Amino acid sequence: MSRRVLLLFCHPRLDRSRANATLLKHVPDHPSITVRDLYEAYPDFNVDIRKEQDLLLGHDAIVWQHPMYWYSAPPLLKQWIDCVLDFGWAYGPGGDKLTGKIAVNALTTGGAAVHYSREGHHKHTLQEFLLPFQRTATLCHMSYLHPFAVQGTNRLAMEDLEKEGERYASFLEALVEGTEPLEVLAT
Amino acid sequence: MTHGILFQMIVYLAAAVLCVPLAKRLKMGSVLGYLAAGMLIGPFGLALVGSEGESIMHFAEFGVVVMLFLVGLELEPSRFWAMRGSVLGLGSAQVVGTSLVLWAIGSLLGLDWRASLAASIALSMSSTAIALQSLKEKGQSQAPVGKNSFAVLLFQDISVIPVLALLPLLAVKAADATGAHGGLFVETLPAWQRTLVVLGVVAVVVASGRWVAVPLLRLVARTRLRELFIATSLLLVVGVAWLMQIVGLSPALGTFLAGLLLSGSEFRHELESDLDPFKGLLLGLFFIAVGASIDFGMILANPWLIASWTVGVVALKSLVLGAVGKLARMASDQLVLFAAGLSQVGEFAFVLVSFVLGIGLLDSRTGSILVAVTALSMVLSPLLGLVAESLVLPRLISNPTREERAADPIDERNCVIIAGFSHFGSTVGRFLRANGIRVTILDNDISQVQFLRRMGFRAYFGDATRADLLETAGAHEARIMVSAIDSPEVTRELVETVRKHFPNLRLFVRVQNRFEAYGLMDMGVRDLYRETLHTSVKMGVDVLRQLGRPGHMAHRSGQNFLRYDEAAFWELAKHRQDGDLYIQNARQAIRLQEELIRSDLEQQPSSSDAAWDSEPLRAGAAKAAQAGKPS
Repeated sequence: MSRRVLLLFCHPRLDRSRANATLLKHVPDHPSITVRDLYEAYPDFNVDIRKEQDLLLGHDAIVWQHPMYWYSAPPLLKQWIDCVLDFGWAYGPGGDKLTGKIAVNALTTGGAAVHYSREGHHKHTLQEFLLPFQRTATLCHMSYLHPFAVQGTNRLAMEDLEKEGERYASFLEALVEGTEPLEVLAT
Repeated sequence: MTHGILFQMIVYLAAAVLCVPLAKRLKMGSVLGYLAAGMLIGPFGLALVGSEGESIMHFAEFGVVVMLFLVGLELEPSRFWAMRGSVLGLGSAQVVGTSLVLWAIGSLLGLDWRASLAASIALSMSSTAIALQSLKEKGQSQAPVGKNSFAVLLFQDISVIPVLALLPLLAVKAADATGAHGGLFVETLPAWQRTLVVLGVVAVVVASGRWVAVPLLRLVARTRLRELFIATSLLLVVGVAWLMQIVGLSPALGTFLAGLLLSGSEFRHELESDLDPFKGLLLGLFFIAVGASIDFGMILANPWLIASWTVGVVALKSLVLGAVGKLARMASDQLVLFAAGLSQVGEFAFVLVSFVLGIGLLDSRTGSILVAVTALSMVLSPLLGLVAESLVLPRLISNPTREERAADPIDERNCVIIAGFSHFGSTVGRFLRANGIRVTILDNDISQVQFLRRMGFRAYFGDATRADLLETAGAHEARIMVSAIDSPEVTRELVETVRKHFPNLRLFVRVQNRFEAYGLMDMGVRDLYRETLHTSVKMGVDVLRQLGRPGHMAHRSGQNFLRYDEAAFWELAKHRQDGDLYIQNARQAIRLQEELIRSDLEQQPSSSDAAWDSEPLRAGAAKAAQAGKPS
């Protein structure tokens, strides 16, 4: 069973990106994976709701790939969420179009993983910061997976990033092929 | 030769039709073509026209009169008043300077001082028709050379009045004052009365402009008969010219005043377009008549005399003009065009010479020599202009020249070429430059190019529709060519050339409207930019905000409208008939508007913006509360 994966790539400065650019580079060239660069498609933030909704209907899993800015995603992703996930379409009465689909964050953080803990610098875990995404997905009746995270990118060398890229490729392949069980965090 | 009037018309028209295109082909101005036509059919050529050449000349001088009317029409009074400095300053410097120099030389050559003075004043006049026509053809009418030339010519025109008044004082013989174009009864009045009459007539012209001409034109316009409007405008011009003539004033100055008075009226453009063909034809006729009237017999009899006089006069005039222009702080290239452009002796010289002959200040031999010199200098003038343009100009632009034209060689290969650097193109260029992209700029307006260069841009002079220039500009290596040209015809030419010779060069084209866009779409251009679209939507958005709409929603509305309009644009493109929409006519435009508005009502591009609207959620919560469910 092959899943159709919609990869929503959200980075305002791809030309300056190391980590996300490397991850993007490693995305497998698979017919079931659709990559969409949101900042390219909507430089003026005027999200085409109809078009995005149609895309969502045509895929089974959504990957939100983005760098973590201020404990969240770049603003265009929020714009996308606000505009596309309509009341009565994605959630609320009659809002069942996304039922059963999968949503997952694939993100990069500058800070190392160790800081994202109770005792660490940020005082909360990564999952806690991603609660808004988690709840968004579950409110839309989607399964929210354990995030794919590349952390400590500020200190990572290019070879390490390349290795992470390979890990990303495997992650996406598994998502598409559906052979391995998924780590579902919440439904 | 008793040829009928039809045959005469054929002769004149055929000569023009033959010679002028040839002249333009050889890159000489149309004026030279007409002069050549005249020489061809005149008594020393094919001898198809002869003695009636004199009356043709009078008739054709009317062309100059119409031209001055149009010049006044296109000028705004405020601008004219602003020009008074250069008119009085430059103009008087030129006329006085040239007259003094020529007078001194004439006296040295042994002529009677009175005759010499009269001749030198006549020779200091330049040809309004030739100079202005040349400037227009070179596209320099708005450049400093254009403005200064016009100022000088205007002063010359004004100065004819006092000259005609003062010259009789020089006459030794009693004033047998008929004067070829003369005021008849006026000459017999004492001086102070004459002045009063002159002032009176000027006042009549001014008054009639305001209280007669405009109401009359309004009345005629209401009939909606175009030919009647044309007839009325001709009547106005002829009427004013006649009034001026009977008091001995220059008809051209009178019509210039009349044109000036009407330039503020609502009829300005209608008058311009109606009279323009008349002006063109009559001027052409005038130059043919000049060409035919050149006395080759005398020239052949005294070749060196005539030649040396002509060359001498033209050279001296150029020198004085150069000095005057320098005093006015003109840039070198403008100075050269200025000196070359006004160095010929003008048609008013014919008027003055015949007047002076009439009052006995000159003998007929000198008079004929002056006429020949005048005509020859007019013939030389376009050639001189060509020489100035092609030889001197490229050197001043500081790059080595190419063979024929003054197109600059391009010494850089940038990835973006911009053709047409007016407001649109310059904004694109500035923006790209601010983003670190070096652009090669091509423009056909020399003063524009020079201005841009002064501002530090890499601008080059040349006609961007020429493949060889594009090649030199690096069109083979460039990635993108921006056409920011405002004329649809030139744009089309450019796109054709680029498509043919540089198929890999991506074109970004400015278009005026969708009609032009569809035409270019057929030629394979996809990046089409309707020049008014974004600005007008922006204005609409700002109006909405001014009316109280929240800013961001108004902005979104604008974005949606643009997106919807873009979709409609491409949709309509699919359904157009080939060739159908290239020529925009009123019916097509109305039909298109109707389609657009109908589609607006159906699709309602702005009313379906439900983003962030909490209304449905509250309705949902209310329903849930009714059903006793948690919301």
